[in-house]
Amino acid sequence: MGFEVLLKGTNFIRLLQGLWVALRISLISVGISIVLGIILGTLMSLKKPVITAVSRVYLEIVRIMPQMVLLFIVFFGFSKAMGLNLPAEASAIIVFSFWGTAEMGDLVRGCLISIPVIQYESSYALGMSKFNTYFYVIIPQIIRRLIPLSINLITRMIKTTSLVMMIGIVEVLKVGQQIIEANRKSSPHAAFGVFATVFLLYFLACWPISRLSKYLEKRWS
Amino acid sequence: MDTEVLRSYLPLFWEALILTVRIGWLGIALAFAIGIITSALLHFKVPVLSAVAKVYIELFRNTPLLVQLFFIYYGLPVLGFQVSAEGCGIAGLGLLGGSYMAETIRSGLDAVPLSQTESALALGMNKRQLFGSIVLPQAFSTSVPALVANVIFLLKETSVFSAISLMDLMFTAKDLIGLYYDTTEALFLLVIFYVIMLLPVSIAGSFIEKKARFRIFG
Repeated sequence: MGFEVLLKGTNFIRLLQGLWVALRISLISVGISIVLGIILGTLMSLKKPVITAVSRVYLEIVRIMPQMVLLFIVFFGFSKAMGLNLPAEASAIIVFSFWGTAEMGDLVRGCLISIPVIQYESSYALGMSKFNTYFYVIIPQIIRRLIPLSINLITRMIKTTSLVMMIGIVEVLKVGQQIIEANRKSSPHAAFGVFATVFLLYFLACWPISRLSKYLEKRWS
Repeated sequence: MDTEVLRSYLPLFWEALILTVRIGWLGIALAFAIGIITSALLHFKVPVLSAVAKVYIELFRNTPLLVQLFFIYYGLPVLGFQVSAEGCGIAGLGLLGGSYMAETIRSGLDAVPLSQTESALALGMNKRQLFGSIVLPQAFSTSVPALVANVIFLLKETSVFSAISLMDLMFTAKDLIGLYYDTTEALFLLVIFYVIMLLPVSIAGSFIEKKARFRIFG
């Protein structure tokens, strides 16, 4: 079946290292996206016409452009058009942060406008200051809604980083291909075992996170 | 940017667009079919099969399409399932999309309040009337925005097909960059063709969302 290839030498360790490359890119991008997304979302909820127009164009670009196209533009296009030679990993982080910021910004905006006006009015009526209103009433509610959604974004980010193999980063799929090629003679069926393992590894990386997100969503709603 | 180059690339991109759209919509049709069947299994709590449906949804929702395609295209032939690249693309998109559609449709069905079902039964409606004229329309109207988002997501996901050597838009662009090094022109056309493919869907999607927004009663 081809699973025995993985037990040879350091093959399985290499596969895990490949997975870590993809995970590292997605975690860095998620970190950047969350920070920038909160800023973007807050700006969008202000309803200033210029910000609204610009952010709508930005969101629409992200909505209809496949991440792969964005990767190609940054990785191949930037170097040709501007002479800017970005390493593959940096281009991947730029693209995934660009995408993630839009997603996160939209989530933050959605959460901010979903807090009913009555919450503000009631706390003012109780004599709370503006700071107290935000600190004790509004922000806790937003965080409760936001955390499950942003955890969900992490799993989507991890799944999307599998694309980086297409711009030459050696991550888990590429390592898998290398292992299959190297053992072509000794175990011709390696493709099944290796890709089934990669499939399972991605599942094991994403499943707990998406369960956590679902659990928190149920518990806090 | 060289207009001469752009013009000579156009037919290649056009062919690639047709292939991408064809595989994309066939895959989405398959995704809808799988999604409807799977969500029905879950909603009616069919023994055994609903457990299988749950495992399927979790497996395919938590893995990237690229990995699924590699498994189907390179892994399965070892077991004797030889599928053409095109069939593999459609199957992959259908399986991935099916798991997303199933979740969406199921949550739409669950969102219909129990009082609706009870009232319909109290009025003496039979199972078919209950499902066809009470539950389904309401479930549909709540899940439309998510269904539209799924369709756009799946059309975007078609961009990974180049990895299993299907001559889609991505493949064409990469090929042309490799052959002639006219990177700017190839990438420009790539963007334009994705806009041609996705912008109408995006606009039609928002239109359908507005049309399908009924009120949820109860």
